[in-house]
Amino acid sequence: MSYVIDRRLNGKNKSTVNRQRFLRRYRGHIKKAVEEAVGRRSITDMEHGEQISIPGRDIDEPVLHHGRGGRQTIIHPGNKEFTAGESIPRPNGGGSGQGSGQASNSGEGMDEFVFQITQEEFLDFMFEDLELPNLVKRHLTGTDTFKTVRAGISSEGNPSRINIVRTLRSAHARRIALSGSSRIQLREMKDELERLKRDEPDNLDEIEAVEHEIEKLSARIHRVPFLDTFDLKYNLLVKHPNPSSKAVMFCLMDVSGSMTQATKDIAKRFFILLYLFLKRSYDKIEVVFIRHHTSAKEVDEEEFFYSRETGGTIVSSALKMMQEIMAQRYPVNEWNIYAAQASDGDNWNDDSPVCRDILINQIMPFVQYFSYVEITPREHQALWYEYENVHEAFPECFAQQQLVSAADIYPVFRDLFQRRLAS
Amino acid sequence: MKRQPISTGSEWTFELIQEYDREIGRIAERYGLDTYPNQIEVITAEQMMDAYASVGMPIGYHHWSYGKHFLSTEKGYKRGQMGLAYEIVINSDPCIAYLMEENTVTMQALVIAHACYGHNSFFKGNYLFRTWTDASSIIDYLVFAKQYISQCEERYGIDAVEDLLDSCHSLMNYGVDRYKRPYPISAEEERRRQKDREEHMQRQINDLWRTIPRPNDKNEGPEQRKRFPVEPQENILYFLEKHAPLLEPWQREIVRIVRKIAQYFYPQRQTQVMNEGWATFWHYTLLNELYDEGLVTDGFMLEFLQSHSSVILQPGFDSPWYSGINPYTLGFSMFQDIRRICENPTEEDKHWFPDIAGSDWLSTIKFAMRDFKDESFILQFLSPKVIRDLKLFSILDDDRQENLLVPAIHDEEGYRTIRELLAAQYNLGNREPNIQVWNVNLRGDRSLTLRHQQHDRKPLGDSTNDVLRHLHRLWGFDVHLESRQDDNLITVHHMPAREESRRTDLIVTV
Repeated sequence: MSYVIDRRLNGKNKSTVNRQRFLRRYRGHIKKAVEEAVGRRSITDMEHGEQISIPGRDIDEPVLHHGRGGRQTIIHPGNKEFTAGESIPRPNGGGSGQGSGQASNSGEGMDEFVFQITQEEFLDFMFEDLELPNLVKRHLTGTDTFKTVRAGISSEGNPSRINIVRTLRSAHARRIALSGSSRIQLREMKDELERLKRDEPDNLDEIEAVEHEIEKLSARIHRVPFLDTFDLKYNLLVKHPNPSSKAVMFCLMDVSGSMTQATKDIAKRFFILLYLFLKRSYDKIEVVFIRHHTSAKEVDEEEFFYSRETGGTIVSSALKMMQEIMAQRYPVNEWNIYAAQASDGDNWNDDSPVCRDILINQIMPFVQYFSYVEITPREHQALWYEYENVHEAFPECFAQQQLVSAADIYPVFRDLFQRRLAS
Repeated sequence: MKRQPISTGSEWTFELIQEYDREIGRIAERYGLDTYPNQIEVITAEQMMDAYASVGMPIGYHHWSYGKHFLSTEKGYKRGQMGLAYEIVINSDPCIAYLMEENTVTMQALVIAHACYGHNSFFKGNYLFRTWTDASSIIDYLVFAKQYISQCEERYGIDAVEDLLDSCHSLMNYGVDRYKRPYPISAEEERRRQKDREEHMQRQINDLWRTIPRPNDKNEGPEQRKRFPVEPQENILYFLEKHAPLLEPWQREIVRIVRKIAQYFYPQRQTQVMNEGWATFWHYTLLNELYDEGLVTDGFMLEFLQSHSSVILQPGFDSPWYSGINPYTLGFSMFQDIRRICENPTEEDKHWFPDIAGSDWLSTIKFAMRDFKDESFILQFLSPKVIRDLKLFSILDDDRQENLLVPAIHDEEGYRTIRELLAAQYNLGNREPNIQVWNVNLRGDRSLTLRHQQHDRKPLGDSTNDVLRHLHRLWGFDVHLESRQDDNLITVHHMPAREESRRTDLIVTV
């Protein structure tokens, strides 16, 4: 007696929970691997999962078993040249499959346990504990846009939102409830009338009385309204504040002669991290690339990172341009504005105070967050010290950090966006 | 009498599977194979990986180690390093067998013959399974276990439960009764009694650990006092469940669950060679019978034989693919050989197996299947011919000798030795270190002492301390493990580790 059952449509991810448990247990290892990967990977590579390997020793499930040593006799198949009583030298290393039966059971003897995490998981680990500053604040205060979502059925509402099926269903129920006893009486009376007409056709008084009663009951049933205001049901829509749907990210970079390709690569990684991070918080993100030497220009991504320029440096040109673009295209009530600036710290000295003023007066009041990274192993110059004033004025949403090599990016990035305690 | 083949292509359909099952079932009945009803489930490769990861339990509680199994299976499969086993069969009533969607109709027929009639009849017939597991209630019990453990996770936190399960798993092989027949498990009963048991157990433990001396204790010096437990206990998890002083009732319940599941798998670990050999023997016999009746095509047979021979491939000891004796090969060869001995005995067979040479093969192999486990099966039925065919030889590795020794090979003088040694190799009692609960210092520091009886000076492996750490977590007080060879104390492991200077009388290895 056999049954054949098609289970292919049943859930296939029965092991998901166990997999999550595994990742949870080895978070430490995985995070370390992810951190290394971020330092090592090329930028275009950022949207992949990662191969994680954990030392076999850490992941073992220990059991009691025999170790090497003592006197052990093992049977092997496939004898070729050995004769009974022969003495043979010990093979080096490996041993001759000793204890292999046990090894395969517990999975020991594995050097490294290697497995794959998805891109999603990779980014999760990468961005763990991070949160864009002020994101929460904006959630609570600036509820500028709304999204309507269905929220069940209500008994009050706009006529255009009447739910006909629900309305008629409750009308029907009400009619049954209100006319139930009258209908039973009506049925009885009709039976009675039939009986009278059949058995006592001459008893006209009685018949008339019954007919009268039937008429009264029918009228009563009829009086129960088909539809009552009480029955009306409406689809309920509620507005959900939707503050985080759109963001724009300004990438500002110095491309003057002093910026080498290596420096630009470091800057690029920083921008990409910021971009990926914003992508997780917002539905729609626009990126504006502004590069500058002595004058600023809005460019596409390719040109931003790879075209070469020479000349001096005037940072304020880029800030001015950013301010203009903000005013023209990104009204503050619709857009969350983020900006990241990368530079090697060089600037024409007289320009630095101008930068500070533009930032403080025209940019900082409107942006969610402005981060400045200075990619240089050298001493800070005037720009850095002017920016420190900006930081004092807007400690919550302005940050500046120094990077020296690509490996610094991730820690600095984390530092910049470290989850701030509710303050 | 030639008939129309059941199928000619390689695609399978549900009708074809039913048709094959009917025909294979008909032939199996002719051979008198007694089986549980079959529940054949068609699943996808992903689902097969899930089934794999849960070590053959259709429903399992959550634990990271199953996630680990899943990840390594997934990796192996995605890289194409490893084909998924084409079958998983569960010892339950009805007997659940999984067919994988990707397989051809030939493979499906092979799996039906192998799992639904081979393994199934073994589960129903073999004495170990009959005595130790209750096929009808295992699914219910697993559901109960899963629910109970997830309730505990909600109540006490995932970490607490995970730590406890880690500790239990490390001692899982020491959670079985080897000689005493366990009560059949029943989810219904477990649920009902669980409440009473919690209270009852806690009361007993409190009694054991009562610190105020009872009046009649006073003339008993500590030296004369009996050991506790009076007899050494082999089932360490059982001992912990009943006597560990600090466990909460829910923790005892989880120890019990792990123990029960270990017990359920215990017969499978003891009958690997027989079980696979039996199933392989029957898929081979049943499908050949189908061919003889003209129900399958030549193409079907070629595909079948190709995968059959890769299943029973035995690489030699010097091959890079060698990983011990293949239980499929050994078991299949032995069952085939028993049939040969019955049907066409040689002089040698008559000398070695006077009881079975020339007897009815069907009842002989059924007897062999029913009343043996790997160890006794090999001791009883391994014939010189199989030893010669597999070219078995033994290696003696003595750490006191410079060279390895070959004590016996596949020749007249060696047959008996090889047979005994191979049987011993499949004795779980030899394969796992012999460790028992020896004593508890009831009135003193409550430390638990285990005894390891060494055999041929074989030491404990290097994960011993890790296991003792788990044991220490369960017991809650100091744990000592003494290794003895005969009556001599060899080493003592302590958990937590001891300063060497404080103990001069013992060699301390930590």
